[in-house]
Parts: sequence; structure tokens; C-alpha cells
Amino acid sequence: MMLGNCATSSSLSTTSDEDIVNNNLTALVVDDSPMIRKLHDMHLKKFGLKVQVAENGKNAIDLFRCGASFNLILMDKEMPIMDGAEATRELRTMGVTSMIVGVTSLDSIFDRQAFMEAGLDHCFTKPLTTENINFLLQELNKNNEEN
Amino acid sequence: MDLVKLQRQLVDYRDSLYHECFLDEQFTQLQELQDENNPDFVVEVVSLFFEDSERLLNELTKALEQQSIDFKRVDAHVHQLKGSSSSIGAQRVQKSCIAFRNYCEEQNVEGCLTCLQLVRQEYYLVKSKLEALFKLEQQILSAGGSIPI
Repeated sequence: MMLGNCATSSSLSTTSDEDIVNNNLTALVVDDSPMIRKLHDMHLKKFGLKVQVAENGKNAIDLFRCGASFNLILMDKEMPIMDGAEATRELRTMGVTSMIVGVTSLDSIFDRQAFMEAGLDHCFTKPLTTENINFLLQELNKNNEEN
Repeated sequence: MDLVKLQRQLVDYRDSLYHECFLDEQFTQLQELQDENNPDFVVEVVSLFFEDSERLLNELTKALEQQSIDFKRVDAHVHQLKGSSSSIGAQRVQKSCIAFRNYCEEQNVEGCLTCLQLVRQEYYLVKSKLEALFKLEQQILSAGGSIPI
């Protein structure tokens, strides 16, 4: 989805301070649903982040093992091969300090708590909204300032 | 048909879909993500939703035909359908999944079969509504107009 041969980036809407701040941020969307991957990818790109996607927990782990790193990981819970909780635990064990945010349609507080305990920083119910992303970006920029 | 009439028809039709709870706020968010760099975004996401849903409905039908029904599996499929329908704002489909999950928990076969019928009905309804909406949009664009917000 890059601009290709366009001489200028005038096709993008006016760049706000937000975009400039968020341009250095990278995100990984981990979800087995192609629809959700596309949706969350677009949501984040709208805010200026560079986004990659993974189909399940194992693919996400493999990306990190190959040396990739991301500021933010959006992690679905229910996925084949390796689910979100297991992937989160594994990433934390590997020493990954990225912000990991669970995005799940799980209703029960008990299930969400169990997911949080795997090592999430936050957990949101699907679908992700613009407000959720605004919140996450504020948190991410705060963390960056502190470091 | 003239452009203004078409545009008004679209607005009225779209409003009715919200009014009758076929669509909710989440669909609006989807439309807001679309821009000139990604002019087909909504259609693409909705097409993925259609593919996903039809696959899940087939899986549900198969699962409920088994001699010994695996309710956990049925529930997992319904859960997925609930998630994806809520993500595009297909409110009535999402709501019909909630009742379905309750029957799964109770391991109530009759209840599940009735719910499957209802979910399928709601799904095909919203599918035809969305296809009609996209057709109207296409007509407006072909006539050189823009889609009213």
C-alpha cells in the first residue's frame, strides 16, 4: 500500500503532530481471522504506525526469534497452533518488553483475567475502536518519553 | 435516475439499516477508515466477513449433524462468528449468536438447531442489505457523484 511513483505524499491527509509522533512506532497484529487482521492493520496505519500481521501465536514468536521487534502487539486470544495467552507467556519469557494488548471477544471476566495474567499490558474487547487506539498510543508515547 | 435522487435514496437506505439494527456504530467506524488511498476498504472487509461467515455456518451445520455433538466445537464457531459480526457492526447477527452460545452451554440440541436457523437468516438478511447498499454506492460513483456522509 505504499505510494509508489507518486512524487509527493499529498494524497495523504494533512499530517498532524500525532502522525509525526506515531511514525516511529511499529505494531504487530496477531489474529487468525483475515478480516480482523485487515481491520486492525488499517486502524493502526491510520494513526501513522508501521504494521505487520501474523496469523497465530507461533508465527508471532517466530518473527521475534528472527530479530523483529515492535512497540505494540495486538494479540487475539483464540488462535490455532498457539493461542494468545501461550504466545504472550512465551514472549515475556523471551524478554520481550513490547506493549502487548489482548483483543478478544471473550465475555467472562475470569477468562479475561487469565489472559491478562499471561503478561498483557491491557486487554480490550473486540472490536477495537478509535478510542482504544488513542489510549494505547498515549500510553506508548508516554513510555517512550520516560525511556 | 438523477444523482441527487440516488444520493438521497442511499442516505435513507443506510439510515434504515441503522434504525432497524442491521448495522451499528462499528460499521460507521469501518467507513471512516476508508479513504482515497484505500477506496475499496469497506467492500474488502465486508467480503472477508461474508467468506468467514459462510465457512462458519457450514462448519456449524456439520457439527450439529454429528451423532455425538461436540458442543465445545460448536461454541467455538459461534464465538468466532459473534466476534467477526460485531467487528463489522452486524448487530443482529451478533445478538443472535449470544442466544446460540447459551444453548451450547446447556448442551441443548434443539435450541442450537433453532439458533442456527436464526443466525443463518440474520446473516443472509444483512448480506443482502449490504450488497444493496454497495450497489447504490456504485451507481452514484458511476454517475460521477460522491457518496454522501
